[in-house]
Amino acid sequence: MVEEESLRVVHCGGSELNFRRAVFSADSKYIFCVSGDFVKVYSTATEECVHILQGHRNLVTGIHLNPNNHLQLYSCSFDGTIKLWDYIDGILIKTFVVGHKLHALFTHAHAEDSVFVIINKETPDIFQLVSVKLPKSSSQEIEAEEISFVLDYVNQSPKCIAFGHEGEYVAAVRDFYLSVYFFKKKKTSRFILSSSRSKKHAKNNFTCIACHPKEDCIATGHKDGKIRLWRNFDDDKKYTYTCLHWHHDMVMDLAFSVTGSSLLSGGRESVLVEWRDATEKNKEFLPRLGATIEHISVSPAGDLFCTSHSDNKIIVIQRNLEASAVIQGLVKDSNIFTGLVIDPRTKALVLNGKPGHLQFYSLQSDKQLYNLDIVQQEYINDHGLIQIELTKAAFGCYGNWLATVEQRQEKETELELQMKLWTYNKKTQGFVLNTKISMPHEDHITALCFGNAEKSENPTLVTASKDGHFKVWILTDDSDIYKQAVGWTCDFVGSYHKYQATNCCFSEDGSLLAVSFEEIVTIWDSETWELKCTFCQRAGKIRNLCFGRLTCSKYLLGATENGILCCWNLLSCALEWSAKLNIRVMEPDPNSENVAAVSQSSVGSDLFVFKPSEPRPLYIQKNICREEVQWGVFVPRDVPESFTSEAYQWLNRSQFYFLTKSQSLLTFSTKSPEEKLTPTSKQLLAEESLPTTPFYFILGKHRQQQDEKLNKALEDELIQLPLTENIPAISELLHTPAHVLPSASYLCSMFVNSLLLSKETKSAEELPDDIDMEEEKESEDSDEENDFTEKVQDTDNTDLGEDIIHQLSKSEEKELRKFRKVDYSWITAL
Amino acid sequence: MAAAERGAARPTGDNRTSRRRRRRCREHSLRTSGLAPRALPGQSARARGSGAERGPRRSAGIRCVAYNNQSNRLAVSRTDGTVEIYNLSANYFQEKFFPGHESRATEALCWAKGQRLFSAGLNGEIIEYDLQALNIKYAMDAFGGPIWSMAASPSGSQLLIGCEDGSVKLFQIIPDKIQFERNFDRQKSRILSLSWHPSGTHIAAGSIDYISVFDVKSGSAIHKMLVDRQYMNVSKRKCIIWGVAFLSDGTVISVDSAGKVQFWDSATGTLVKNHLIANADVQSIAVSDQEDSFVVGTAEGTIFHFQLVSVTSSSSEKQWVRTKPFQHHTHDVRTVAHSPTALISGGTDTHLVIRPLMEKVEVKNYDAALRKITFPHRRLISCSKKRQLLLFQFSHHLDLWRLGSTVATGKHGDTLPLSKDADHLLHLKTKGPENIICSCISPCGSWIAYSTASRFFLYRLNYEHDSISLQRVSKMPAFLRSALQILFSEDSTKLFVASNQGSLHVIRLLEGSFKHLHTFQPQSGTVESMCLLAVSPDGNWLAASGTSAGVHVYNVKRLKLHCTVPAYNFPVTALAIAPNTNNLVIAHSDQQIFEYSIPDKQYTEWSRTVQKQGFHHLWLQRDTPITHISFHPKRPMYILVHDAYMFCIIDKSLPLPNDKTLLYNPLPPTNESDVIRRRTAHAFKISKIYKPLLFMDLLDERTLVAVERPLDDIIAQLPPPIKKKKFGT
Repeated sequence: MVEEESLRVVHCGGSELNFRRAVFSADSKYIFCVSGDFVKVYSTATEECVHILQGHRNLVTGIHLNPNNHLQLYSCSFDGTIKLWDYIDGILIKTFVVGHKLHALFTHAHAEDSVFVIINKETPDIFQLVSVKLPKSSSQEIEAEEISFVLDYVNQSPKCIAFGHEGEYVAAVRDFYLSVYFFKKKKTSRFILSSSRSKKHAKNNFTCIACHPKEDCIATGHKDGKIRLWRNFDDDKKYTYTCLHWHHDMVMDLAFSVTGSSLLSGGRESVLVEWRDATEKNKEFLPRLGATIEHISVSPAGDLFCTSHSDNKIIVIQRNLEASAVIQGLVKDSNIFTGLVIDPRTKALVLNGKPGHLQFYSLQSDKQLYNLDIVQQEYINDHGLIQIELTKAAFGCYGNWLATVEQRQEKETELELQMKLWTYNKKTQGFVLNTKISMPHEDHITALCFGNAEKSENPTLVTASKDGHFKVWILTDDSDIYKQAVGWTCDFVGSYHKYQATNCCFSEDGSLLAVSFEEIVTIWDSETWELKCTFCQRAGKIRNLCFGRLTCSKYLLGATENGILCCWNLLSCALEWSAKLNIRVMEPDPNSENVAAVSQSSVGSDLFVFKPSEPRPLYIQKNICREEVQWGVFVPRDVPESFTSEAYQWLNRSQFYFLTKSQSLLTFSTKSPEEKLTPTSKQLLAEESLPTTPFYFILGKHRQQQDEKLNKALEDELIQLPLTENIPAISELLHTPAHVLPSASYLCSMFVNSLLLSKETKSAEELPDDIDMEEEKESEDSDEENDFTEKVQDTDNTDLGEDIIHQLSKSEEKELRKFRKVDYSWITAL
Repeated sequence: MAAAERGAARPTGDNRTSRRRRRRCREHSLRTSGLAPRALPGQSARARGSGAERGPRRSAGIRCVAYNNQSNRLAVSRTDGTVEIYNLSANYFQEKFFPGHESRATEALCWAKGQRLFSAGLNGEIIEYDLQALNIKYAMDAFGGPIWSMAASPSGSQLLIGCEDGSVKLFQIIPDKIQFERNFDRQKSRILSLSWHPSGTHIAAGSIDYISVFDVKSGSAIHKMLVDRQYMNVSKRKCIIWGVAFLSDGTVISVDSAGKVQFWDSATGTLVKNHLIANADVQSIAVSDQEDSFVVGTAEGTIFHFQLVSVTSSSSEKQWVRTKPFQHHTHDVRTVAHSPTALISGGTDTHLVIRPLMEKVEVKNYDAALRKITFPHRRLISCSKKRQLLLFQFSHHLDLWRLGSTVATGKHGDTLPLSKDADHLLHLKTKGPENIICSCISPCGSWIAYSTASRFFLYRLNYEHDSISLQRVSKMPAFLRSALQILFSEDSTKLFVASNQGSLHVIRLLEGSFKHLHTFQPQSGTVESMCLLAVSPDGNWLAASGTSAGVHVYNVKRLKLHCTVPAYNFPVTALAIAPNTNNLVIAHSDQQIFEYSIPDKQYTEWSRTVQKQGFHHLWLQRDTPITHISFHPKRPMYILVHDAYMFCIIDKSLPLPNDKTLLYNPLPPTNESDVIRRRTAHAFKISKIYKPLLFMDLLDERTLVAVERPLDDIIAQLPPPIKKKKFGT
């Protein structure tokens, strides 16, 4: 049944977490953030992703808690729908189809059953804020057509719109304008900052806005780093504002605390500033947050803040300005030079991360595992400063060794080059610098590869450079009288007619090394380093080079810049076949003979999967994306899939990931994107503990002690309580959201039945007075108690098997009757 | 005089600066000649140098300002005791001034009983000024040591002063006098600030480290509110309450040396709110009459505006919010005032800044523009054309300079080398502590006259080659005690003195002696003093003008009043009589210029045309008054006027500009045809290359002399401002 579905290109995570402001749940336990087509729910305490709300078919552009039910979340998307979610259970409740492309979503408690969205009109650059009335209906998908216009010419970013206290007004900024629309008066006030080209006001542009939660006060951020606090803005003439100035660069976002007593601001300085009482002299800082603050949000409970950063990270900050949790996604801040590399040990995707760092990104859990600081120098964010760039990275010897190359080029002639070799330390579970080689080559290093031979006692590294040489580095003994050590030294330098070396790769068994020198491919014996043969097709410089695997290991593939793909037979030293294909990325699958090649054409990128032995491709997918594909990689699967369809068999053992120019990480899948949650995170959600309120500390402790006592007592009597977790009926009842459950009358019999002790395990007399059970009942259905008991009787008479009735001893019946007599009227008062 | 100090040219001691200045002079004459090529062919323009006194000199910063709501006038006192009155309705013209006195450092200034102006100072005296006769009515010792603060009661009938010895004294204002009433409870240390409750029942007094609230009836302190000395967790020596303001709801606002603005509840004596606004002292506070906004000035040169805004539009709850900061000063803002439409501030850097509140201004005209008044609206330099001498007037001395000259020629825009440097001929110091009010050098260069508040001096100068000798003309008549304006006739035979009694004296000068010819008595019923004089070059006519009434023209030959030019709403800022035609040209503070024919006793045709058509709107928007008018002897159609920032030649033969034409046209490009040039030409040829231009006149028909006073030099003489860390330095 899986095979019936066609293969699709899907976003596989790594999408921006910082696209919009994150939203806290009412109790600050969860934090929601948009992530591509999904909404992710993270736990603020554990940083774990507990849910992925999927259902939108395009980028999610806005999320907001339902002001009328704080257990529900609204989201809007480019696909033109607003969806209402139950975030605790991760269930889509309703879909409202609006029809326009929605750019942002706002709600507030005083707008009865309507939400506000930003849509754009026919002309591409004009955005409107409109209110959408959400019709009340029981059906799952509802057309929301009642759209009323609120503000025109707004900025598409939701940071530029804010709702005032009690929803009395909405304020929007764009360029040099601040517009305030009063809902009651239906009047718009407009304030203009001097926008003259004179130097003084040149950077007066508004960048963001926030409204005071209690007072008539609007805070606006500006490009020149100023924050203006506007008051009296209901009067076009008497309006006044005051300035707060600390940021030296653009203010990226602003947020008021829940009480409005302090204002938070952030920008390029990566410092969160808290302005207390909105005074210039009274401010607190949280510095060194790592990257530009893109968004700031405040939890409704007021105990937490969070900042979204440009390096795809969310930091949860406590009220006393202490960072408490970091949710880090795939860093997309810098250019990817290293390409996509798989760490053989963790199967993590390794690529450029923060400046000068290598990030290890888990594809399974869609989060960053850790950062490896390669450059090990302070990063100074300054415009025009030429930084050290990490250009190459390669793993060797099953992840025991990591080679990295960094370079910095200020002028044409001044190249600073450094190669570092890192060894995996089992004790610290991390990479430790082993050898540092400065200027390994005279010119840029174009390729780097480890000899992937089984004999790991003799690791080999080959670097190819534009200076016309390729160098072979081997691990040698570097011990001295102080310690035993190993280090890397150059073993062999090869060149071919002073051509630039552009690519290098080892054959699968490690016996052959192929190095391409511009148009020529040379094959070297890895034992003796002598030139075995050369291939030259005169079809342009070699762009990609790789050996075939397994049964196809006698083939060498080369893709040239002129759009020719060649396949040479190493046994006959002749061209086996060639094809005209403008290949950008060519990646062999380590677990099969397959080679994936992505070609670039004017309309988009196409994927070809083929075996070197067969000139006919196994699989072709045209137009996998519109942009240029920059990097690709095969990631071995933990559990092999079994696609029976021949076309998809290449995905059985590995998955192909690729990265486009706009740095979206894509993959192929036939299924809808699978739930990537680990079982532990689910567990976390299920075992949702009681809120740690002061009452919990007083009563919870007390009760725990009581429970312990009780347990002891019970243990003494060798009585075993029925564990509710183990009974499937109960767990089903408890862990299924209330609104999708069948009616209580239907469930009741099953539920009661499950609570009854079976004859085999427990004696009939030992029906425990299960407090839990009562609680569950109360929480599940707060019907009138009479009803409930009647139904119990009903079910007793009809549904349940006779034997159970028989099993009820007199004492049990007495017990049950006792329950019936218990006064449950207080429930209605709840 | 303070004004003089600020106003005149600068030292020659520094060679480099004086050279630069000379070069500026050069340029000006040449560029001006380019502006009006027919009038001033540039080929043989002579370089002129003018210099000034050497040695250090203190500048007179503004110490206090007091705004009078009824007359819309602003009184400004400077650190040397000068008091100036600005008329805010008349385009912020400085219409009156009282000369300073060395021992009278003013610390407080207030208006009471409507139009009565009082000041108090560190010499312990309370002074009342006579605004009509422009002199001091009386000075009265308060017997409390130096006076630091003064406040008039809301009704205006009582005056309260705070003294060095900690006493607060209440005076009753009676007609023509003030009368001591009683003392309040004496405090430990000096009373630096005082404020009345608008009902007049309580007062707040700011002292060192605490604020006292007094009950006026009993005179006893009912609350003592201690101010936190801590500043940024560092205990400063003492916390000085520089200013207090008592609001009608019982709130007391205090500003102090720790940079705080604090709100106190006077009923309970508790601190309500604290705004830390500066790292340095907050030195002054002024509240608007509606009590919906106030302004504070800090030692960092910033003024902050606080406004009472409603918390939400629906509720009536209001709170004070710091709104806009304004940084128009480089030094301490010693004083602020709050007029209904503007924030007014003055400080050590000698600027008076009037910042209109946009929300209070009805129409966005030039009233809404920021005003920065730096220079006095008077002429402090006089010139002897014949001998090419310039006389600079300072507060306590006069400087006489002979201009340098050059023989070189050059083209337009060149700076010519000086063949002869400017000479400092004379440095004349005054006797006594009083400041000079006015001074004049005769056109022939052989007489110098100046006056202080109590004495009149006339000197005769004798030139013998390079040396110069000075001889005081003694035995001045008793009526020549003090003069507001002095003028010599063109042939230097007559001296005209406008005295502060409103009378005009005509004196004939002989070799080494003089003879009183006549005194024109003021019109019956007016006591207004004449401040401006102009004499016709043929010596027949004398025009004199007071601050508000019309211009009187006297016939000097017959010694009688010839006519009176009809009064105009705005005060006269400059007067001159044209040669040959005897047309009187009058400039008013609203930038209107009238031409009045004295022989015909009516406005000239040109003046009527101008009035009919109206001036260019940009011309009317100029905010500095015209301080000097002169004429070109060979070109009767030209009127030369200047103010501190521009020099203008009005060519009466050309059509007037209308609102569509460019007023400040740059020099038309030479490659354009004459037709276009003629079409775009209009009567006003304006040059704004001078920054602060103090004086400009024609020496002869080919030479202009200009005196500039670069602002940087004034700033350089001031004490250094508070150093502030600036980002990126």
